[in-house]
Amino acid sequence: MYVLYAIISLTLLGLFLGLLLGIAGKYLKVESSAIVDELEALMPGSQCGQCGFPGCRPAAEALAAGQAPATLCPPGGSALAEQIAALLGIDLDLNDVKEPEALVARVSEATCTGCTRCFKVCPTDAIVGAPKQIHAVVADACIACEKCVAVCPTECLQMHPVEVTLRNWRWPKPTLDIPARTPGIRSNALC
Amino acid sequence: MLNLFGSKRIRGGVHAEEHKSLTSAQAIATDFPLPKRLYIPVQQHVGKPAEPVIKVGEQVLKGQLLAHSQGMVSAPVHAPSSGIIIDVNEYPAPHPSALPIRTIVLETDGNDKWLESILVADPFTLSPEDISLRVGAAGIVGMGGATFPTAVKLNMGRENKIHTLLINGAECEPYLTCDDRLMQERAEQIIDGVRIMLHGMEAGDAIVAIEDNKPEAFAAMLTAALPYPFISVRQIPTRYPMGWDRQLIRYITGLEVPVGSSSSEIGVTIHNVGTAYAVHNAIRHGQALVSRIVTVSGGAVIKPVNVEVPLGTLISDLFNFCHVRPDITARIIMGGPMMGDSLPHINLPVVKATSGILALTQSELKSADEQPCIRCARCVSVCPAGLLPLDMANNIRNNQLDAAVDLGLKDCISCGTCSYVCPSNIPLVHYFKYASGEVMARQQAQHKSEQTKRLMDDRNARMERIARQQQEEEAARLAAKAERERKKAEQGEAA
Repeated sequence: MYVLYAIISLTLLGLFLGLLLGIAGKYLKVESSAIVDELEALMPGSQCGQCGFPGCRPAAEALAAGQAPATLCPPGGSALAEQIAALLGIDLDLNDVKEPEALVARVSEATCTGCTRCFKVCPTDAIVGAPKQIHAVVADACIACEKCVAVCPTECLQMHPVEVTLRNWRWPKPTLDIPARTPGIRSNALC
Repeated sequence: MLNLFGSKRIRGGVHAEEHKSLTSAQAIATDFPLPKRLYIPVQQHVGKPAEPVIKVGEQVLKGQLLAHSQGMVSAPVHAPSSGIIIDVNEYPAPHPSALPIRTIVLETDGNDKWLESILVADPFTLSPEDISLRVGAAGIVGMGGATFPTAVKLNMGRENKIHTLLINGAECEPYLTCDDRLMQERAEQIIDGVRIMLHGMEAGDAIVAIEDNKPEAFAAMLTAALPYPFISVRQIPTRYPMGWDRQLIRYITGLEVPVGSSSSEIGVTIHNVGTAYAVHNAIRHGQALVSRIVTVSGGAVIKPVNVEVPLGTLISDLFNFCHVRPDITARIIMGGPMMGDSLPHINLPVVKATSGILALTQSELKSADEQPCIRCARCVSVCPAGLLPLDMANNIRNNQLDAAVDLGLKDCISCGTCSYVCPSNIPLVHYFKYASGEVMARQQAQHKSEQTKRLMDDRNARMERIARQQQEEEAARLAAKAERERKKAEQGEAA
């Protein structure tokens, strides 16, 4: 008799818990792409395509799938790379990453015809102007996506390195002359 | 000395070789020939650059306003001598990079004629706000090298109801003796400036702190302060960086300034002796800050001396006056050897921050032969801010800037004590300066990234709105066309 009670109670318990799990699985389902959303929120969102992906969302998907390095986004720079690495919990080695030269678009006033093509493609509205007026680039808003360079019919839009001024000058990193310790060589030398 | 190290009131620090005897015994030279041209940068202070109010070709008098201050934290710039403005353009700044800065060039006429000003008979009848205004209008900034606008500091002191005004006469940097000589020769003017500042801040007491390696300056200041019981003059141990405001406040008052707040929040404000002297000149004589005393010293200087020069004097003129040997000059430093900046050349002007110009020989420099860290932790015991320089540098070397920030990178004051004692010649302060700049650059990059996102969203919203408007217009146009055709058909039927 007791055996029957035990079998019935355990069966009921199993069924009940199974039902709970089933409901939880349906209603508390976690979208597997949550990490992609978070990554996308970190990215500049200008869809500039400098990373080689068609936009920020595909780049975030590639990052989440581990198919792209954390340092893929040139406008984000090392600051973004560190955020991405922290979010994904991966080690980031910035030692080998060459910080890309900061560039900014500039209009050559001699050749600009005021065709307005560049400011129509600028993703951040960094180019101002009007038809048949010389256009100008707001350097602080330019993200160096080079879309304007591609559409300019007179090649008057060119990328230039950002000028170093007293405001953005920084101390360079001290160069270390100590030879790197290579374990193999070191043990040979010492033994 | 032993109980000095046991003192809870001094953290870290070193007793560096002083080299002060080169210049400390000679009177301040006032026979400096007026340079033919003066180069006056519009930014010689912390805050926004001043905006020029003069035109090229204009005749100006000594003390006349050349550029007026902009915004809350800023300071105006005045003509250091009489003459003609010949250029307003970009010239190299007295900065380790020597990058261009907006500069007013004045060709002196040799008369050195002051602008007439109306003097106040008794400054103590002026309201404290008026004192701040006059100090601000005279272009006075912190003369110890921090160049924070003094008027702003006076206002902050008044708003926070400070109880003690500390006057910094520590001059703890090796080689520099300009404050020492100023205190020896012009003690009464300094004490008068202190009284005016006390009035301007509505504060009660002032303490003048002087390192005990300057007994003559101490004696002179003590005598000058005798008639005023609310001004006390105290000797403090000679130990770099005693002149760091937080170190000095901790030693004198026993109070610790919390991280991220200013000293006036705990009821203390600190000013340099040179600032007090400038305040005296501004209020008593109506003279703007147009000259300063500069220590020219170092092994490559044949005639090391303290000299009073007009602001904007080129360092090359100063070196001619003091006979500097270029053949043995290994490094030119503006400021003291511990915290000063190395300059790439000497065609740079003297500014309000220039307490000294040093021409050092190779033997006076520390070896650049960097060796691996042996973890002796000497840098830890001497750090006045209580940081771990060796660990911070290690993290920075491996680009772990966040870890360095966690260890207190932002509390580093770049005093140079750690680099000074490092037996492996590791340029620790260079690492911290690099990292601080890099952290700031990353913050700016992150800010720009956020702004970019905002610009993008705005643009997308605008594009959608335009598309919607076009659709609506198109629909309206089609509807109007249909209406016209219907009416036409009706008319045709009626006909």
